[in-house]
Amino acid sequence: MTATGIGAAVRRKEDQRFVTGTGRYVDDLTRPGQAYAYFLRSPHAHANIRSIDAAPAKARPGVLAVLTGDDLAADKVGGLICGWMIHSKDGTPMKAGPHPALAQGKVRYVGDHVAMVVAETLAQAKDAAEAIVVDYEVLPAVVDAGEAQASGVPIHEVAPDNTVFRWHLGDKAAVDQAFAGAKHVTKLDLTNNRLVPNPIEPRAAIGEYDSGTDSFTLDTPSQNPHVARLVLSAFIGIAPEHKLRVIAPDVGGGFGSKIFIYAEETVCVWAAKKVGRPVKWTCDRTEAFLCDAHGRDHVTHAEMAVGEDGKILAIRVSTIANLGAYLSTFASSVPTYLYAPLLSGQYDIPAIYCEVDGVYTNTAPVDAYRGAGRPEATFVVERLVEVTARQIGMDPAKFRKRNYIKKFPHQTPVIMTYDAGDYHASLAKALELADYAGFGRRKRESARQGKLRGIGFSSYIEACGIAPSQAVGSLGAGVGLWESAEVRVNPTGSIEVLTGSHTHGQGHETTFAQLVSDRLGVPIDSVTVVHGDTDKVQFGMGTYGSRSGAVGMSAIYKAIDKVIAKGKKVAAYVMEASEGDIEFKDGKFTVAGTDKSAAFGDVALQAYIAHKFSGQELEPGLKEGAFYDPTNFTFPAGVHICEVEVDPDTGIVAITKWTAVDDFGVLINPMIVEGQVHGGVAQGVGQALHEGAVYDKSGQLVTASYMDYQMPRAVDLPSLTVGMTTTPCPSNPLGVKGCGEAGAIAAPAAVINAITDALGHEDIAMPATPQAVWRAAQRARMPMAAE
Amino acid sequence: RTLLVQFLRENLRLTGTHVGCDTSQCGACVVHMDGRAVKACTILALQCEGAQITTIEGLANGAELHPMQAAFREHHGLQCGFCTPGMIMTAVDIVARQGHDIDEHTIRHELEGNLCRCTGYHNIVKAIAAGAAAMGGPVAQAAE
Repeated sequence: MTATGIGAAVRRKEDQRFVTGTGRYVDDLTRPGQAYAYFLRSPHAHANIRSIDAAPAKARPGVLAVLTGDDLAADKVGGLICGWMIHSKDGTPMKAGPHPALAQGKVRYVGDHVAMVVAETLAQAKDAAEAIVVDYEVLPAVVDAGEAQASGVPIHEVAPDNTVFRWHLGDKAAVDQAFAGAKHVTKLDLTNNRLVPNPIEPRAAIGEYDSGTDSFTLDTPSQNPHVARLVLSAFIGIAPEHKLRVIAPDVGGGFGSKIFIYAEETVCVWAAKKVGRPVKWTCDRTEAFLCDAHGRDHVTHAEMAVGEDGKILAIRVSTIANLGAYLSTFASSVPTYLYAPLLSGQYDIPAIYCEVDGVYTNTAPVDAYRGAGRPEATFVVERLVEVTARQIGMDPAKFRKRNYIKKFPHQTPVIMTYDAGDYHASLAKALELADYAGFGRRKRESARQGKLRGIGFSSYIEACGIAPSQAVGSLGAGVGLWESAEVRVNPTGSIEVLTGSHTHGQGHETTFAQLVSDRLGVPIDSVTVVHGDTDKVQFGMGTYGSRSGAVGMSAIYKAIDKVIAKGKKVAAYVMEASEGDIEFKDGKFTVAGTDKSAAFGDVALQAYIAHKFSGQELEPGLKEGAFYDPTNFTFPAGVHICEVEVDPDTGIVAITKWTAVDDFGVLINPMIVEGQVHGGVAQGVGQALHEGAVYDKSGQLVTASYMDYQMPRAVDLPSLTVGMTTTPCPSNPLGVKGCGEAGAIAAPAAVINAITDALGHEDIAMPATPQAVWRAAQRARMPMAAE
Repeated sequence: RTLLVQFLRENLRLTGTHVGCDTSQCGACVVHMDGRAVKACTILALQCEGAQITTIEGLANGAELHPMQAAFREHHGLQCGFCTPGMIMTAVDIVARQGHDIDEHTIRHELEGNLCRCTGYHNIVKAIAAGAAAMGGPVAQAAE
């Protein structure tokens, strides 16, 4: 390992600009002559729009335009799309209602987009928006997933009972048979609470139109600018793909919420041509709460069947997934193919069956949020496992060990083929780091102080590095999920790496450069990573689903292979040797069996000056590209152990110790990987203890600010103990697995398992707020009083 | 009615000071006013007349990073970088009030006004402890 190569904790190249305030986020950009956009949003959760009178607003000072859904329709601008087709059990396609970027005749949630005002200043745009007269016919609303289907409140004409799909996976007959013969059956009703992603940088957009070239530019904090361009061109019809440039510069966090193609960005780029000026919009935090795609929101009944010997026989799950008022870009894939295939967890389970109904409600659209389906699945599995162990009187660690998968590859009954892992190793290491043996003593110490101590496990697995394009295509995806890379070697030997991945906190500018430095033997400072601009990078699928290492870096790896192969041809001419005798190692081309060598930089120069070979023999230059399509998901797995101390008098839960042991395969930069675990755990703890988006019955979002929606703060979290085990991933050249989402996937179950352990098995819903924990603690103290 | 943060970002084009919320909760906009940390979203530009304002852009000594900036980089105390300017300005203020030897508990409590969604705070806490120590190191003392 070199000091800047694979496996080194290299300090991040990107940090210089971020610690000095010289990063460039979209809202930091100013275009000459830019005008400001403001959106008039629906105050009602569900209403017909009888009429919109924009004339008073248009007469206000500074106003350049007031645009509505009618204007979009007149310009034949298409609606927003959902890019993953799900078929119901009966074979019918999902019921996708129209999703116009500005409302056409109806609004379906609070915050829905009614009109856009463009003015000289933001203040003028806001003032003018208040002058727009909208005549609403208010309709009844439904917000809860469990009530949507029987509510009699049709939100979309295509789905009168608000059911988007009734989907299933697995062998129902085999599962029913296993349950019939079970020694013990565990039954749980679980809610996976609705979350708001909340990257600290709000969304933003600057749309520009150049009449001279009839082309558009959109600056927007996107996790996948090429996909945004594709959708805006091919489906929404803003401009042909080659006439639209999408730039995602520095992006202040995403967590999934910046994958999607939203109304505001779409309308800004379209409006730039209408008003003949750059149009800038920056989301405020309240708007982000209202309109960024939310996450999770499942209502689930789950059952586990266990045999005489403590072996799991089957799992049966029924879930209603709240998809919100419209189908967001990848909404349909999250509670289906990113959820049910993970229900086998780390366990050898012969039979699994899962039914999922996706439903419309009068709430913000729900889509992928860090983990996307996999936290929901892990919560189901790890709650079932923990409760079952307690009910059959077996130590939860021992119960897990008894059921772990031991041989790989392992085919689960729900699609996935796990390629590698060692679940016993991560459990053993976690038990040691957490001092599980000393837990009983610590519990007694807590009890002496009137506190309840509990310990909870989460033995999670996830599937990421999404995924072989043919496979996802057969499951309904509208796109392939490969990644592209281009390695441009300059004549002086410095290198630009162009990647279709996008970094918004993950540190790609460093880790991708480490890969290049390691394989080509060049200093890391002579490598620049270029991303996030459709005019620079030809195409890319972007960053989400923990895919940038396994898929994005594999594409770079493949391009480097080609650079080395071409370099060998050049080196053969330079050193007057046979190409087959050229070897490349540590930044040097050598001729086997001789002391002849040529440094990488010298060969690069020779490739460009092209004096040693003719153009007929070899093309000049040293620039290679690659598209890499993964051959499987990667399957990171591990064990997180949460230890809590509950104060039964206040309901306050203190996390006293957090132990995470993860197997991410080969680590490129352990410092960055650990940082990803820290952040993921914080979001998972947030879900378990603090966060929850709450709509009242009329559809008003009660938690629409940081005053009402509790984000985890420094004081809410402990210092985290992070350990690693390693089984290299066999399905990509680097042996890496995704690490970005694991913490958020593992954490919620660990927290709830710990709290319920402390409370003597009393179940508790997320978020386990002090009030909820206090009530549970009182019931646990006086079991009779609860009846 | 111009807020300090608007004045900095829009009039002076000092865009290192960020806006992450509209309720003075996130702390992305923290700057120093006469040496004390303030949230630039909750103070009018007019109120700052005659005051000395330091933003993240003014913290480094030329090309040499301030010890707290260096500590954030060294300890991976940032990921997306959006909350970072506010975090660093808050951290320098914590050291000014609490000294150079600050324990984890104090740092976590002192960060009550700053949100980070990326790091889980783990490395921010480490960075601040290290930055605080470095600010009290031989170089800093010699300069005083």
